[in-house]
Amino acid sequence: MTVGSFINIGERTNVTGSAKFRKLIEEEDYSEALKIARDQVENGAQIIDINMDEGMLDSEKAMKKFLNLISSEPDISKVPIMIDSSKWTVIETGLKCLQGKSIVNSISLKEGEETFVRQANLVKLYGSAVVVMAFDEEGQAETALRKYEICERAYKILVSELNFSPEDIIFDPNIFAVATGIEEHNNYAIEFIEATKKIKSNLDFSYVSGGVSNISFSFRGNNPVREAMHSVFLYHAVTAGLDMGIVNAGQLIVYEDIPVKLRDRVEDVILNKRSDATDRLLEVAEDYKSKEKKSKKESSLWRSSVVRERISYSLIRGISDFIIEDTEEARKSFKNPIEVIEGPLMDGMNEVGDLFGSGKMFLPQVVKSARVMKQAVAYLLPFIEESSTSQIKSKGKILLATVKGDVHDIGKNIVGVVLQCNNFEVIDLGVMVHASKIIEEAIKYNVDIIGLSGLITPSLDEMQYVASQMNLKKFDIPLLIGGATTSKIHTAVKIADKYQGPTLHVVDASRSVPIVNDLVSQEKKINLIQNYKNDYAKLREKHFNRNVKKLAPIEVARNNNLKIDWKKTKITKPGFLGIKVFENYDLSDLVYRIDWTPFFRTWELIGKYPNILSDKKIGEAANSLFNDAKKMLEQIIDEKWLNAKAMIGFFPSNSQNDDILVFSDEGRKKRGMTLNFLRQQMNRNSDKSNLCLADFIAPIESGIKDYIGLFVVTAGINIEKKIEEFKKNNDDYNDILVKALADRLAEALAERMHEKVRKEFWGFGSNENLGNDQLINEEYTGIRPAPGYPACPDHYQKRQIFDFLDVNKYIGVNLTENYAMYPAASVAGVYFSHPESRYFGIGRIGKDQVEDYAKRLEVSVQLVENRLASNLGY
Amino acid sequence: MFHQDRINNLISSLKKRILIIDGAMGTMIQKKDLSESDFRSSKFENWSIDLKGNGDVLNITNSEIINSIHSAFLDAGADIILTNTFNSNKISQSDYGLEDYSTEMNFSAAKLARSVADKFTDKNPDKIRFVAGAIGPTNKTASISPKVDDPAYRNVSFDELKDVYKESAISLIDGGVDFLILETIFDTLNAKAGIFAVGEINQKRSHKVPLMISGTITDFSGRNLSGQTVEAFWNSVRHAEPLSIGLNCSFGAERLTPAVEELSRVADTNILAYPNAGLPNPMGEYDETPDTTASYIAEWAKNGIINIVGGCCGTTPEHIKKIYEQVSLYSPRVIPKIEKTIKLSGLEPFGVIS
Repeated sequence: MTVGSFINIGERTNVTGSAKFRKLIEEEDYSEALKIARDQVENGAQIIDINMDEGMLDSEKAMKKFLNLISSEPDISKVPIMIDSSKWTVIETGLKCLQGKSIVNSISLKEGEETFVRQANLVKLYGSAVVVMAFDEEGQAETALRKYEICERAYKILVSELNFSPEDIIFDPNIFAVATGIEEHNNYAIEFIEATKKIKSNLDFSYVSGGVSNISFSFRGNNPVREAMHSVFLYHAVTAGLDMGIVNAGQLIVYEDIPVKLRDRVEDVILNKRSDATDRLLEVAEDYKSKEKKSKKESSLWRSSVVRERISYSLIRGISDFIIEDTEEARKSFKNPIEVIEGPLMDGMNEVGDLFGSGKMFLPQVVKSARVMKQAVAYLLPFIEESSTSQIKSKGKILLATVKGDVHDIGKNIVGVVLQCNNFEVIDLGVMVHASKIIEEAIKYNVDIIGLSGLITPSLDEMQYVASQMNLKKFDIPLLIGGATTSKIHTAVKIADKYQGPTLHVVDASRSVPIVNDLVSQEKKINLIQNYKNDYAKLREKHFNRNVKKLAPIEVARNNNLKIDWKKTKITKPGFLGIKVFENYDLSDLVYRIDWTPFFRTWELIGKYPNILSDKKIGEAANSLFNDAKKMLEQIIDEKWLNAKAMIGFFPSNSQNDDILVFSDEGRKKRGMTLNFLRQQMNRNSDKSNLCLADFIAPIESGIKDYIGLFVVTAGINIEKKIEEFKKNNDDYNDILVKALADRLAEALAERMHEKVRKEFWGFGSNENLGNDQLINEEYTGIRPAPGYPACPDHYQKRQIFDFLDVNKYIGVNLTENYAMYPAASVAGVYFSHPESRYFGIGRIGKDQVEDYAKRLEVSVQLVENRLASNLGY
Repeated sequence: MFHQDRINNLISSLKKRILIIDGAMGTMIQKKDLSESDFRSSKFENWSIDLKGNGDVLNITNSEIINSIHSAFLDAGADIILTNTFNSNKISQSDYGLEDYSTEMNFSAAKLARSVADKFTDKNPDKIRFVAGAIGPTNKTASISPKVDDPAYRNVSFDELKDVYKESAISLIDGGVDFLILETIFDTLNAKAGIFAVGEINQKRSHKVPLMISGTITDFSGRNLSGQTVEAFWNSVRHAEPLSIGLNCSFGAERLTPAVEELSRVADTNILAYPNAGLPNPMGEYDETPDTTASYIAEWAKNGIINIVGGCCGTTPEHIKKIYEQVSLYSPRVIPKIEKTIKLSGLEPFGVIS
């Protein structure tokens, strides 16, 4: 096959690949969007690819509208359409709009044969050709061998089993980015080319296609180099048999027209000819970068001001592009490099601190500023050592740690960054830090303040322990307490009384700055501590003299359980019994399920998404953060930074009082495990029940066959690699960002799995049809409560689930001794299907229930009291 | 005779000779000059909407008339008769408020045609007569907006059409048709919904019901109403693996010739064509004589581009008789081997040379 017969598939009408197109679709400027489609056809695209997979879009609606509009434009609709989506529903929506014979892009074996066969049969009924990706249950194929094997397997199913016309099959053996700096990626182009050869010679009548611009992903922003890479890649791939490719039809340059030097270096990269090929291409890449971009940068007015102002400008706006050259310029103008830090850099950061303090800057912006600062300091450090001057004077030393048994550190890291911005030296001990280590390091570094952080409830107990150990070692420096489950009242009542020094609860990162500032100032310190002491004393007094609401005895509460008429209940048997594991869950399937509101809250931007983006005060900061988040999400997906996994299991189950018995056989003879739950004990009027999760499962004595589901999902596998990389570059901003996004993806995965469980795997909600907002508002049948949350406050139940399902073996999620999950971006819980099941809070519980619970668990009352400290009503 | 035996016979007959399809039902009914009460009979005596002109309601109110037209075409030599169900679908019948009678119309029409055809087969077992369940395009279009100012708007969806077609098809099959024909397709997307419906039905049944597909050309450049060329249309519906692909209605055999030739060149299945008796005169009447129509069609037969022929609007038993006499002199078209390559389409076809 010659290059001439290569089929161009226009790529610009793709919201994930073209920012311009995405913007037009988001703004519903369809007439301009149609122009992009028309341009593609005019520039020689023989087919146009249309993709509306953007988390913020109603992709089905956008696909339908755009295709309907195209149908009225004969100069566009004369060519066939490739419907591109990772969501089957979007593809099906598209197929219902097109009279021509189109191409579905794509289906694959990633969710197994059943889904593949179902979708392939539908493609046949709709009369479309199909792109099959080299993607199976194990993930996307990277090597030529695996690419081919998957394609061969798909081919056999399609042609032999389903009688699918082989000439309607187009394989996409995955074009991945090369020259990313990661050695394993260097051979990606070769692997693709080899797979193409093998497909073309063995799988008769089929075709090979690919998304060509993926190959040059690492050179984003440098179009001339990208175009050269595309051209060289196509030159070799087409010779090997590539039939068609998704390309920017207007931008393909002829192989011979590439400057020889560039072409040679690109060729080395594409064909992986030498180990330094990437570096050598990088060396020359800048020379070819488009001129208009440079002139745009140069024309920026602020670049013409004096260096001190430029540094301050970069810091306040978080711009890293020029900080090294500006720092170098400043260094030359000072006698001692340390003066650059103490002078212009610190001045700039002080300004940032002031703006933050006065509410004119927001957390994400500050974290970005800190990144610029750290880069400048890292650049100066070697010079400072050379001139062997004393250490930089900081305002004080603060030790930060997430306590033993806890792995959550987003909040702690934010506090660290903010304090560093304000010229504090931060010694961050990381996560799961033992009390002894905290004591040891505090002495070693002679710190001025210790800050403890934690997210799960058992961490409250650990913090008390750290406080008592500090007391034992005769510490008297201030102890700061922060984190999602911590509170002023808990600090006052349970921690402050264990430590002789001042103990202060810090509500968020913004508050940490003024508190720490005061604590290092001799005059202000006394006042502040006194205020806190008085405040906490009052709180304690109030707490101990509080009118303890009388609780119902546990037996009374049990008699007032939720009365479900089990005889009338239609119980849906799950589609399977036992476990099911999902490896390499497709992250792109989760983007549109992300609940963004909590993401902004992590960054102390409070408001409901999407309204927050247009908020008068914080809208700008929110937008900028959101853009960075979306960009990173794209990279997380395209470059496979994170690996998401899930496991679900359904089991025969019945309740017995407040316990739920989980059986491993349908005959209900073999007890797999027992989940122990707590019951509300508030005094109820007759109309309201004292709820317990066990109420939602049919009691054993009813003889009714009921079922329960268990799940653990994670989106944090492999996150360490990225975190390490960011730490190395002093990039706290991206460090926090990637963790916050992983958390959101894990939550989205939990949501998505729950939906699939309702509609498909368990099937009790197979008729529901809800939008994302309705999903977020939980307008569906069934719940998925998680241990550690209000309906089931004891994290210990996670231990039971993890042991029973052998979670670590299947999906690599671990529990710490205090039942925090690692990777932190994980969610675990229980599925209930009964229509009456709902979320609730346990609230306060009485000593009688605590004793009973301890007996059921066969542990000491003391241990239960520690674990459920915040629920004790006595 | 079992359904499958008849289908086998149909397939082997198609290899031996050019088969004859019947002529127009609609214009034949018009000629009878029926009154409002003929359409209503006692069944719809007090129906609030006028039923005159609703030829399909006769299936359940005055089936003798339909019976006689079928017989006349079979007498003239037709191998295949189409059920009187062009407008029996829910969407079209809702114009008369009769959507709830749609399944009854389809079922009765199929039973009726079946019994007439079988009577003729019994009389002359050497010439087996077949019944095609006719499915019209409905009066809505899935890929064109009826609103000039809102080109993205559609007044019918793929799914609605699919459901309507499915219901009609099931009633026709249950009434005893040999195969189905999606005819007078002006919008290919409507046809694709029909193909989807039949595909779903066949997935559930052990005896697959064959499908014939026939589009209609609405302008002299050779495109259908939704803008596709003949080859693009074929690429769009080829997945149905139809027993025949064809063209009907349009503007008479003479002007239809280039399109039939084009289809014959690209399609690797039987070619079917049943044109109107020329273009209508200013009074809306068709006055192309049986001899004229037959002579154009004989030309196709002579050139070896046709497998099944017959007539649409304006054609009478006399036309069919003449066509039958003329084409019986020629052999049917031999189905060409088409290269196994991907064949896509938008409004225009797009193929790949491998």
